[in-house]
Amino acid sequence: MIDIRQKLEEIGAFEPHADDGLLVCRCEEVTKGEIRKAVHEGIFTIEEMRRYLRNGMGLCQGQTCGRLVKSIMAAELKETPDYVEPASARAPMRPIEMEILGKDQGGAYE
Amino acid sequence: MNKTADVIIIGGGIVGCATAYYLAKSGTKQVIVLEASKSIGHGGSCRNGGGVRQSGRDVRELPYAMYGIQHLWPTLSEELGVDVEYTQKGNLRLGKTQAHLEKLQKLADNAKAVGLGVEMVDAKEVQEICPYLSKDIIGASWCPTDGHANPLTTTLGYYKRSLEMGVSYYTDAKVAMLKKVRGKVHQVILTDGTVFEGEHIVLCAGYESRAIARTVGVDLPMTKLIDEMFVTEMQPHMFDIMLGTASADFYGHQAHHGSFVFGSECGYEEVTDMEDPSKLYTNAMTLSASCRAVMDYVPCLKGAKVVRSWCGWLDNAFDGVPFIGDCKDAEGLTVACGFTGHGFGTAPAVGLMLSQIVHGEKTVVDISALAPNRFKPNK
Repeated sequence: MIDIRQKLEEIGAFEPHADDGLLVCRCEEVTKGEIRKAVHEGIFTIEEMRRYLRNGMGLCQGQTCGRLVKSIMAAELKETPDYVEPASARAPMRPIEMEILGKDQGGAYE
Repeated sequence: MNKTADVIIIGGGIVGCATAYYLAKSGTKQVIVLEASKSIGHGGSCRNGGGVRQSGRDVRELPYAMYGIQHLWPTLSEELGVDVEYTQKGNLRLGKTQAHLEKLQKLADNAKAVGLGVEMVDAKEVQEICPYLSKDIIGASWCPTDGHANPLTTTLGYYKRSLEMGVSYYTDAKVAMLKKVRGKVHQVILTDGTVFEGEHIVLCAGYESRAIARTVGVDLPMTKLIDEMFVTEMQPHMFDIMLGTASADFYGHQAHHGSFVFGSECGYEEVTDMEDPSKLYTNAMTLSASCRAVMDYVPCLKGAKVVRSWCGWLDNAFDGVPFIGDCKDAEGLTVACGFTGHGFGTAPAVGLMLSQIVHGEKTVVDISALAPNRFKPNK
């Protein structure tokens, strides 16, 4: 069980850092500072963070920034990186045109 | 850790978070929300299509669906301090056959009878409202006051704002059972044995509410059903309306950042067999079937690339409308579940009404038809 309020008190208030402007998620242009700040607003899981800031929701689906976000969040939560669970991977593994996906029954889609 | 409160809410989805927000706003000091998973909004709250609709709804749901759209959604982003992307640009429900049009006409007549503005439009008007649609569409129903919003930021917006207002949230806090004390539901016991105590218990845990309510002798007749969605990469801005079809082939809209979000089915949802339902595995057939369904009505999207698909469980009430209200056989317990896929758009109004029920006030609209004890044995 995680007591969100107690955890927020433990990690203290958000403090700005010099590198807060660093782009972490390139697809959706989410910065390190935005991710760190969201943790202090109660966003503790990658699942929530993706939904809150859209990191990892673009073309690469977090394949580039997923590990970075995980370590930034863990550091902000004063935990080891494995405290933050990675996001679920979902089909398709690469972006695919609807027209191509629609052909799974063998025939051409007209 | 504070384990006693005025109100304990079971379920950190949009209904639970919205209820917590309206309780805090109306001055309730101690509110605790218990979420079984590690993430707020892990269930249907963040897995749905974002429809904020009135058309097509049951007449028992319409009064509060309309209330929310008239009084709560327009100012929600400002209230929560989070952009919920509420967009009220109308909903087209498309038809390709005469049978489709007859069905849509009937739905429109029902809605009009309870005061909702829904009109039938012909093929030409459909193209005027949305020029991106297939020329095979012969007509549609049009509800200009329907719309959509972002389920992710709305759910987390209610969470964030209520947290700021003093609500206590516990995640990874799975409820095992409720317990009565001196005849009144008073204790909430977690699977790890932790006991929470509240003057009032609000149960809004989706399908899982049924097993929890049963521990104090209340049955909520509902089943669960899997549903899938997918999202495309960003597209140039095309339209702001919500789309659906008479035969429920698909539904969806273009989100503010440009992606299209669509939901559809492959036809075998009712016999889904998932060893561990919490894994939320998608079906191998559904995504492709969904793409075909969408391209049949919006052919110009054929080149749009799909970046992700996902699924979620619906809590389908036996008679198609939710259970909202006090449990007559279990004093102290209020339930809100069985939303049957209609929960997101109505959540602000439901959250407000649950806070009113907890305070013993009259709800903004009459919801006596949704009483949890409405089912009577057939003999």
